[in-house]
Amino acid sequence: MVKTPQRLIEAPQRLAKAARRFALLAMATLSASAWAQNSTADAAAFQVKLWAASCMACHGTDGRAEGTGLTIGGLPAKDLLDKLLGYKRGTLPATIMHQHAKGYSDDELSRIADYFSSLK
Amino acid sequence: MTQRRVFLKAGLAAAAAVAAPHLAAQTGERVVVIGGGFGGATAARYLRRLNPALQVTLVEPASEFVMCPLSNRVVHGGLQLRDISRPYSRFVTNNGLRWVRARADGIDLAAREVRAGAERLPYDRLIVSPGVDYVYDGIEGMGTPAQQARVPHAWKAGEQTQQLRNMLQAMPDDGVVVMTIPKVPYRCPPGPYERASLIAYFLQTRKPKGKLLVFDANPEIQAKKGLFEAVWKARYGDRIEYFPNADLKGVDTQAGVLDFDLHGKVKAQVINVIPPQRAGAIARSSGLANVSNRWCGVDFLSYESTVAKRVYVLGDSIAGAPGMPKSGHMANQEAKVCAGAIAAQSLGMDVPSNPIIANTCYSFVSQSEVIHVAAVYRYDAAKKTMVPAPGAGGVSAQPSTMEGLYAMSWATNIMNDTLG
Repeated sequence: MVKTPQRLIEAPQRLAKAARRFALLAMATLSASAWAQNSTADAAAFQVKLWAASCMACHGTDGRAEGTGLTIGGLPAKDLLDKLLGYKRGTLPATIMHQHAKGYSDDELSRIADYFSSLK
Repeated sequence: MTQRRVFLKAGLAAAAAVAAPHLAAQTGERVVVIGGGFGGATAARYLRRLNPALQVTLVEPASEFVMCPLSNRVVHGGLQLRDISRPYSRFVTNNGLRWVRARADGIDLAAREVRAGAERLPYDRLIVSPGVDYVYDGIEGMGTPAQQARVPHAWKAGEQTQQLRNMLQAMPDDGVVVMTIPKVPYRCPPGPYERASLIAYFLQTRKPKGKLLVFDANPEIQAKKGLFEAVWKARYGDRIEYFPNADLKGVDTQAGVLDFDLHGKVKAQVINVIPPQRAGAIARSSGLANVSNRWCGVDFLSYESTVAKRVYVLGDSIAGAPGMPKSGHMANQEAKVCAGAIAAQSLGMDVPSNPIIANTCYSFVSQSEVIHVAAVYRYDAAKKTMVPAPGAGGVSAQPSTMEGLYAMSWATNIMNDTLG
């Protein structure tokens, strides 16, 4: 039986060890970038939450209003966005909402609509 | 524990905080809020909603909040004070706040501590929202509390609102009412003109021979000008007389005589002097009022004071961005930006960089008809200030009873949002 040189036995072990190291490094890198992405997403979501908080002065905390104030929490996002865009473009009549809606980009209105829709 | 182990523990905690910033939430920073108005109460409530780990203490001596919006309706008799008041007791319970029922007497910025009555309140972050103080320095004959008490400003809703109401009711049928308006900036730009409208409405219906003289230190009506002018002309005719550029020199509060620089002496049966204003006393005594020694400079991303780190100022006490009114609605909006900035940091996030806030302001011009002004403000990163969003905002087309209903609902909803 030919004696396998120690070097050759160790080679796969070294390879495996290197692979493990690489995997760990890769995992660390991936999770760091995933975390960075998550934290960017978290920050964006938090900003939308604060935009929506502004609306709650008239539309009630979590979009639940009393009196003639419209309850917008939990309504379908599409309905909310259609209305907001309608006010913004002047295709829907309003006393005051057209003056507010024009202060936001379409994308901002869409995110705000999604947020209120998510408040069940 | 050895020194080394202390360091080790601190090092591990720091490492953990770096690896998982959300763990910082567990530390539960102590936030002290001075003042339970639209700014302070909203901030306290939204801090707890955005990060329930925060320990929030409200410092407020009053047992209930009396809102300034709608208080002119109490002046003319359309509402009672109780309609615009709400006790703090349920609010503090609902929101898990600690309530220190005392006036904040002092702030030690270096030691990070608030003095309130017998209490010493250490803070990690401090929110100062004390409203305005009234300045009688330049008005001869109004320097003492007794003189001031004879001539109510009724510019903070409460006892004085009722006092002005009683004075109007008790005046003779052909009595003269005089209102004076200070130079801007003051709390609630359209407020004096709403009050003038509602006093005129009261005279028309209850004292038909009475008259209202409005002396304004400003060169013109400061908000909703066209709408107020139109409704005064159409509804109240010569019942209201308006004098711009009128500087009040003094008041003989016993004789009921006012003295103006251009218009001379004017006698009246009911006098309502709305004095010039500045940041609340606690903001000034603690050195936060760094703008003309009168208002508090803030960073509009967080409302952090430009004088003191980790100290935030809200509402009427701040030096607002140009065009940003001092109003309850604005204080509610600023409070949410501030609460958001503090909560974000406590959750390991950066201060949000794109605040968008709005103003909505309704004014009654008669018992039931209302006009509004609205605006949206966005952060301008280059100018580091809030600017009105181009193309947004505006006023009512005309006074309407429909907007009267909207105004009442607005008041209910903002009260719920602030003190729910």
